[in-house]
Amino acid sequence: MSQGKVWKYGDNVNTDVIFPGRYTYQIMPPAEMAKHAMEDLDPEFAASVKPGDVIVAGKNFGCGSSREQAVACLKAAGVQAIVARSFARIYFRNAINLGLAVLQCDQAVDTLENGNAVDLDFARGEIRSAQGTFRFLPLPESVIGILEAGGLLEYTKKKLEKE
Amino acid sequence: MGGQEAFLGKTLTEKILGRKAGKDVEAGEVITVSPDCVLSHDNSAAIIQEFRKLGVKKVKAPGKIVIVLDHIVPASDEKYAQNHKSIREFVAEQGIPHFFDINAGICHQVLPEQGFALPGKVIVGSDSHTPSYGALGAFATGIGRTETACTWATDEIWLRVPETMRIDLSGCLRAGVFAKDLSLKLIGDHGAEMANYKAVEFAGSAAGDFSVGARLTLANMSAEMGAKNGYFAPDAKTLKWLEGRARGPFVAVASDPDARFETVLEYDLGALEPQVACPHTVDNVKPVAAVAGKPVNQVLIGTCTNGRLEDLEAAARIFQGRKVHPSVRCLVIPASWEVYREALRTGALAVLADAGCVILNSGCGPCLGAHEGILAGGEVCLSTSNRNFRGRMGHRDSEIYLASPATAAATAVGGKITDPRTYA
Repeated sequence: MSQGKVWKYGDNVNTDVIFPGRYTYQIMPPAEMAKHAMEDLDPEFAASVKPGDVIVAGKNFGCGSSREQAVACLKAAGVQAIVARSFARIYFRNAINLGLAVLQCDQAVDTLENGNAVDLDFARGEIRSAQGTFRFLPLPESVIGILEAGGLLEYTKKKLEKE
Repeated sequence: MGGQEAFLGKTLTEKILGRKAGKDVEAGEVITVSPDCVLSHDNSAAIIQEFRKLGVKKVKAPGKIVIVLDHIVPASDEKYAQNHKSIREFVAEQGIPHFFDINAGICHQVLPEQGFALPGKVIVGSDSHTPSYGALGAFATGIGRTETACTWATDEIWLRVPETMRIDLSGCLRAGVFAKDLSLKLIGDHGAEMANYKAVEFAGSAAGDFSVGARLTLANMSAEMGAKNGYFAPDAKTLKWLEGRARGPFVAVASDPDARFETVLEYDLGALEPQVACPHTVDNVKPVAAVAGKPVNQVLIGTCTNGRLEDLEAAARIFQGRKVHPSVRCLVIPASWEVYREALRTGALAVLADAGCVILNSGCGPCLGAHEGILAGGEVCLSTSNRNFRGRMGHRDSEIYLASPATAAATAVGGKITDPRTYA
């Protein structure tokens, strides 16, 4: 269980505003990616985000490009989870594959506002806050193995070692 | 279940994935398959770095990997040059036979032209517009960089079998209206997540009327509907187009008449008007009449959505005997060198050059904001590409409108957003 502050955004937050295309084909370390996180949506974000913070957004979070940096930059910035009504499919895959929690919960999105403090309890599947306690949808079983291994790279490495 | 029974009542996607999985599959199931083709482009440089972390020396199936340099070609700075260099070295080291350097074109045009995109195949690509190959009856979907690296190592990937949305098309497009207008109308009517996680089948009496080029536009734009894959059932047109291109045998499959579709939408093509997606989302769509007159600084004709021969020719018909407006920079990027050479042969490029268009090397160009026509603050671009997100083509305060090549050409001539039927 860990605590963080909510950064609230709307529907269809796309990968271009999360991590702009002008940086996409420059190979940079995650700490450098974090400096550009949300640059074209919320210029305050990168400078003020704290480890453990949570992004709360509407539907279709992460739509657009397949760029994995749109997950990596938020993870490197310390974001512990993204709570949304729904996720774009490649973003969902990338998040799982990089080990960033992506949680679907309409109630939390309806209620939580910018700056609210929240606790995430992954064991119980709950988001707790002064505004209420919300249950998020459990992740599909098929991907839990990947998350538990710490991402697809580690999962695959272990699998290859066994072979 | 028996072999015959197993394939009753299935969608094209269920059939292709079922054949690959070696069992009867249905929507919702998660399966692991060995893909027929794994695409990557300039991002191969980053994928190689991930691959090195896996502790294996060799990719498992080099013949399935296709790498096309297209995003920043030729390299615009030292970093991109280094990326390209490391990719060329990796290709040589691993013995990857299918590598296309900076003189080939955009991957989503090159894979169909070079006969990799075939009916019945499973193609994954580390690019969100990979669903384009559904135009030829393949199952094709976008994946991320890490999973591309892992697929290189294992020759396997997990996929969830998607539900299918069918779009039944009837009637005929009127003059000045194109496949792009249909795709924008669909996204405008139903939103950018209309098909999130789903397959989209373009069907109905009018689906077969679309050229392979137009099918590529629609399958490409299914990515902007959130779709996992978008496709047309292969038909005589598909097979004819593939003659002399197909790299090997393939099995064409189509949805069964009693297949399960989650949703069915119906559209009459005869009722469509030219459409424009306005800043800053692809689903902010209006008829061109509603935004006509908006001054623009730049027009882009090209990209994986609309850079094919028929697109350049639609533009050339409007530019014939006309000039690009003096306040507009009009950039033209043929989607591939095959398209480039064909457009030279048909004379379309001469018309475009005579009109004052700037013709650039086949590739992604400024679509993703990396080079060749970046927008300054306050500038407006009308583009035939597929995304108009804030800051995508440059400054965060620039604006992108999306439309068909005909609307783009008319806009370049008029200096402001213009209905293409003005110049019919």
